[in-house]
Amino acid sequence: MSITKEDVERMSILARLELSEDEQSLFAEQLSEISRIIDSLAEVDTEDMDEMIFPSELGNVFREDTVLPSADPEEALSNAPDREDRFFKVPRILEVD
Amino acid sequence: MRLNELKAHELLPMIRRKEVSVEEVVAAILHRISAIDSKIRAYITVAGEEALKKAKEADARLAGGEPARPLEGLPVAIKDNICTQGLRTTAASRFLEGFTPFYDATVVERLKDKGAIIIGKTNLDEFAMGSSTENSAMFPTRNPWDLKRVPGGSSGGSAASVIAGEAVCALGSDTGGSIRQPASFCGIVGLKPSYGLVSRYGLIGYASSMDHIGPMTRDVRDCALILGAIAGYDSKDSQSYPGELPDYTECLVPDIKGMKVGVPKEYLDEGLSGTVRDAFMKALDKLEELGAKVVEVSMPSLKHSLAAYYVISSAEASSNLARFDGVRYGYRATGSDDSMTMMAMSRGEGFGPEVKRRIVLGTYVLSAENYDKYFGEALRVRSLVTRDFREVFEVCDCLVGPTSPTVAFEAGEKTRDPLEMYLSDVYTVPPNLAGIPGVSIPCGFDEEGMPIGLQIMARQYNEEALLRAAYAFEQATEFHKRNPEIEKYTKEPAGGEMSV
Repeated sequence: MSITKEDVERMSILARLELSEDEQSLFAEQLSEISRIIDSLAEVDTEDMDEMIFPSELGNVFREDTVLPSADPEEALSNAPDREDRFFKVPRILEVD
Repeated sequence: MRLNELKAHELLPMIRRKEVSVEEVVAAILHRISAIDSKIRAYITVAGEEALKKAKEADARLAGGEPARPLEGLPVAIKDNICTQGLRTTAASRFLEGFTPFYDATVVERLKDKGAIIIGKTNLDEFAMGSSTENSAMFPTRNPWDLKRVPGGSSGGSAASVIAGEAVCALGSDTGGSIRQPASFCGIVGLKPSYGLVSRYGLIGYASSMDHIGPMTRDVRDCALILGAIAGYDSKDSQSYPGELPDYTECLVPDIKGMKVGVPKEYLDEGLSGTVRDAFMKALDKLEELGAKVVEVSMPSLKHSLAAYYVISSAEASSNLARFDGVRYGYRATGSDDSMTMMAMSRGEGFGPEVKRRIVLGTYVLSAENYDKYFGEALRVRSLVTRDFREVFEVCDCLVGPTSPTVAFEAGEKTRDPLEMYLSDVYTVPPNLAGIPGVSIPCGFDEEGMPIGLQIMARQYNEEALLRAAYAFEQATEFHKRNPEIEKYTKEPAGGEMSV
């Protein structure tokens, strides 16, 4: 496959990752190169194979719903870029008319 | 003899017998760091004051007659993607430059509980994505054997710190070879345990289905010691192995008579350099001489491992790194007046090129039109690799191969071509896909004095076979006894002198 600059731009929007024009061009070129190995997966006969998510046989693990102490709000907020009272503060998230 | 070149299993009894104080040991390590780390650059953060304080507390407790804990006074370095309470943890990313965790990773908690002293946090490729420690947003680390070369990666800082005597042992993390490849490049022992054997709680996640924490040490006995200290069930890791574990130091019996050792012929392909091949062939002779039965095996799926690995790891990375949104911790870009723009800008400014490249690739292989063709197919290939391993381990006790196709390469040599860099992981990724353990131990030096590593792999949760084979080989060879000439990098004495 060949990955175009437009593909990279589309992915960067999905991933909320701002990229410069130069980065978009460079990544398109490098990822097209990398895709040469990735495309080889199509040659493998995997007909009877399941999709293996985790390399362990534990499967889903359940536990009792026990109440335990969670992080202290002050600690949880200690690395916040911005805060107000006991909340993380962010720029606006809604359009206001 | 130098205090900071002792192995943990030599140093700990000396501390216990009070032949040396913990303060002396920690001071020797800190002295070495201040004398040479400006050249090696293994550490992002050195916790000197705190380490000395802990050392004095340990000495006071010992003087008061309290029994020494199992790792009392042991100076360890921690890779900087493993959370340490109150000690900055950056993952070598601008995004986390000012991040200080308020909790310890389970492995750190276990080391501290057993008396180990955290010396500092070591450099890595940003978020552990890379094979040379050149992707660090802070600075590159250099190889103590030759400063023109890379130490490998992504746990390059941990590997360099151990062989340079800037720590006695270290922890690294390994998603596709990041413990074993730098161990090989720096001439030390590095072990990636079975998936789930060591808790990932507090490790800054990269590809969660392949992330592992493991020991990086000067010899196999130290490796077994540290593995024993950090392994075992942890309810905070949903994939933690719940079974009983052996005492790993008890498997250190230098006897492999009759052990069946497989050599996957796919590990001896055209990409393997001549010097590494020669050293590996000699290692096979040595294993036979020790009584092992060496057999050639074939695992055709191995040649697709690297492709499957890059699809799965990039996909998981793109999902894992979504947490870095500039809201709760880490970097926040200024100059945006809505949250969506703020997140995209923070990520664009806070991440380095390799991280961004993998997020884009991961998003691409997970997008609806590509999902089955790439991600689904990679997961099916993963099943195939795992089945091939399972079948081979029905006939073999362990598998061996070179850890990396080459010795440590020169800084800058592969930074322009990501694909070239990825190929240095070609022999280390299969165990991560299958969740089986792998260890790299020194097995030779090239004509320029650069170390070469031997990788040993075993069945899932059979770390015992791995350690036994590694120990037998090590005890019959001298490679682990060699040290780089650190003195040539400094005019001052490099510290740690004592007569014992």
